Amino acid sequence: MATEQKNIEQIVGEKYRHGFVTDIEADTLPPGINEDVIRFISDKKKEPEFLLNWRLKSFRHWQTIREPDWAKLHHAPIDYQDISYFSAPKQAADAPKSLDDVDPKLLETYDKLGIPLHERARLAGVAVDAVFDSVSVATTFKSKLAESGVIFCPFSEAVQEHPELIEQYLGTVVPYRDNFFAALNSAVFTDGSFVFIPKGVRCPMELSTYFRINEAKTGQFERTLIIAEEGSHVSYLEGCTAPMRDENQLHAAVVELVALKDAEIKYSTVQNWYPGDEQGRGGIYNFVTKRCDCRGANSKVSWTQVEAGSAITWKYPSCILRGDNSVGEFYSVAVTNNLQQADTGTKMLHIGANTRSTVISKGISAGRAQQSYRGLIKIFPTAENARNYTQCDSLLLGDQCGAHTFPYMEVKNPSAIVEHEATTSKIGDDQLFYCRQRGLSEEDAVNMIVNGFCKEVFRELPMEFAVEAQALLNVSLEGAVG
Amino acid sequence: MKLDIRNLHVSVGGTEILKGLSLEVGTGEVHAIMGPNGSGKSTLAHILAGRSGYEVTSGTVTYNGENLLEMEPEQRAWAGIFLGFQYPIEIPGVNNSYFLKAALNAKRKYLQQPEIDAIQFLKLVKEKARLMKMDQSFLNRGVNEGFSGGEKKRNEIFQMSVLEPTLAVLDETDSGLDIDALKTVAEGVNRLRSDDRAFLLITHYQRLLDYIQPDFVHVLADGRIVRTGGRELALDLEAQGYDWVTTGT
Repeated sequence: MATEQKNIEQIVGEKYRHGFVTDIEADTLPPGINEDVIRFISDKKKEPEFLLNWRLKSFRHWQTIREPDWAKLHHAPIDYQDISYFSAPKQAADAPKSLDDVDPKLLETYDKLGIPLHERARLAGVAVDAVFDSVSVATTFKSKLAESGVIFCPFSEAVQEHPELIEQYLGTVVPYRDNFFAALNSAVFTDGSFVFIPKGVRCPMELSTYFRINEAKTGQFERTLIIAEEGSHVSYLEGCTAPMRDENQLHAAVVELVALKDAEIKYSTVQNWYPGDEQGRGGIYNFVTKRCDCRGANSKVSWTQVEAGSAITWKYPSCILRGDNSVGEFYSVAVTNNLQQADTGTKMLHIGANTRSTVISKGISAGRAQQSYRGLIKIFPTAENARNYTQCDSLLLGDQCGAHTFPYMEVKNPSAIVEHEATTSKIGDDQLFYCRQRGLSEEDAVNMIVNGFCKEVFRELPMEFAVEAQALLNVSLEGAVG
Repeated sequence: MKLDIRNLHVSVGGTEILKGLSLEVGTGEVHAIMGPNGSGKSTLAHILAGRSGYEVTSGTVTYNGENLLEMEPEQRAWAGIFLGFQYPIEIPGVNNSYFLKAALNAKRKYLQQPEIDAIQFLKLVKEKARLMKMDQSFLNRGVNEGFSGGEKKRNEIFQMSVLEPTLAVLDETDSGLDIDALKTVAEGVNRLRSDDRAFLLITHYQRLLDYIQPDFVHVLADGRIVRTGGRELALDLEAQGYDWVTTGT
């Protein structure tokens, strides 16, 4: 009955389902980065001068700094000169006007990914922006959204149509000096999504972006900017996949959210980049900077993430709680299997009075994966009566994986209340045996236990995403432990 | 239903726990297994349910003529074996009735019966919960999550009543129960007694047998059944202590 090892290997053996490659002619820059590359990207996108200058400043700064090494992650050095910084499906260079103009092969790709790009989208009530390698290929429901004054478009289009908003907000939440990967992104970002919700508007549908890395040897550097004006409300979802390739691919995104007075932003991610194979070959290096600036009083941001993919995840969606009474939430499920590594968590910076934050982090490790929760709760002297509650639970499957917790707290105001709870547990033989004794297969038992473990996070996800996330988790961990 | 254990030897980590245990259980029968701590009672329960970590060094166990020892735990459950745990396990975040529905449907699938639908299931569990004097809110809590010891045991019998096993092995179901809970649990078991179902009650004290009348009482000592009798054997044990049988005087 000693089947434990075999079963762990079965989990590990589950194949990545999004590993197909789409055969599309692409305009791809040769690998390498220098000022000419940046000028090329900016020129290709017909950008105004302020943006080119900002990119160049970012690039020059980037050259003076080094990769951070404080995370509990190990990987071979990244050769930034061996990455192509621009890849566009050829046809997209002629900018498709509507879905009908989009290469059917691209649409097929999104079909395989299960993205509701066509009519299904309307049924689902989800507006989708899809970013394929470096270029945004289609945004659905633009006109319907425009009726309520909502702008939801590819970032590069926003640069053309609304340069004043870009100039006003870009880099104000994540400055290019913020960190190494943010600086790189600021220099070479190619596309992403832009959302603007005007004052008092409740966005009439869920907004959603799907990112896909297709070309070999390309990096994806998308930039997302969401501005929620006073009293507005938006729920935004992003999903990510990439084909299976032997080499590692770099993904360094920046997401900036701005919430003004009484505004609310709900940002959900299901990240399923290719994680690499059983031996740790290939997979996406996911170095992402996400931050929300709660500038106005009573504003609220809620980050919900399900991180299942990527060989390496380095990601700390954060909240700057500047406005009085502003609220920050972070709900996270991270799954690492095989040789995946994740160092993820959040930063809650309490500046305003009566600011509140909640952090619920659920980490699941299997195979030989290593996972760390890293979180900073910082209470500034100005943050009277700030409150934080952090709960951080780790679940281990098998005995070769690791879970680590690095909570940091800096409390500069004595009226603050900061709570931290952490647990680490193994899916016990006891739990599995109990389920199996009642007639559940081992696989169903593991799925049930893991989903139960993640419940507090899943219930924060919009309905369709919650179903997707649950299925993704089941696939990632199929087979279970004994 | 027919359970046949013959000359069973079982070791844990090189230490022999069961040393030639033989037992036959026929359908409709209620057997009580009594014995001092460390005599191998729980080992027997675990072996029947297929828990890992035990090594069967010799002997056989057949269930309806099939080699039980070769079956996976879930296969045994589908074949009608239910184990009431001495220490029921918590599964946080997994809804009690969702769990039970999945278990019931797994069994029905094996028996090639259609899955029970949500409405039928709800009706079924509400009725069973009522009989077990369990509050409806039980159904929507996590499996055993934050339950008191008595609630956990009651939940075991409740699960048993929904799953309708043909052989129920109840491992120290009476331990840690106050008298009211004990009565409820015993009523639950008595209600399920039938000609096509057998029970193996594993208990340290004869108290349980005041409420559930067994057909046979076996005394397990040092890995073997040392004495078998009727209901009166339990009373003798209570009066004279286990030394009476283990020392053979």
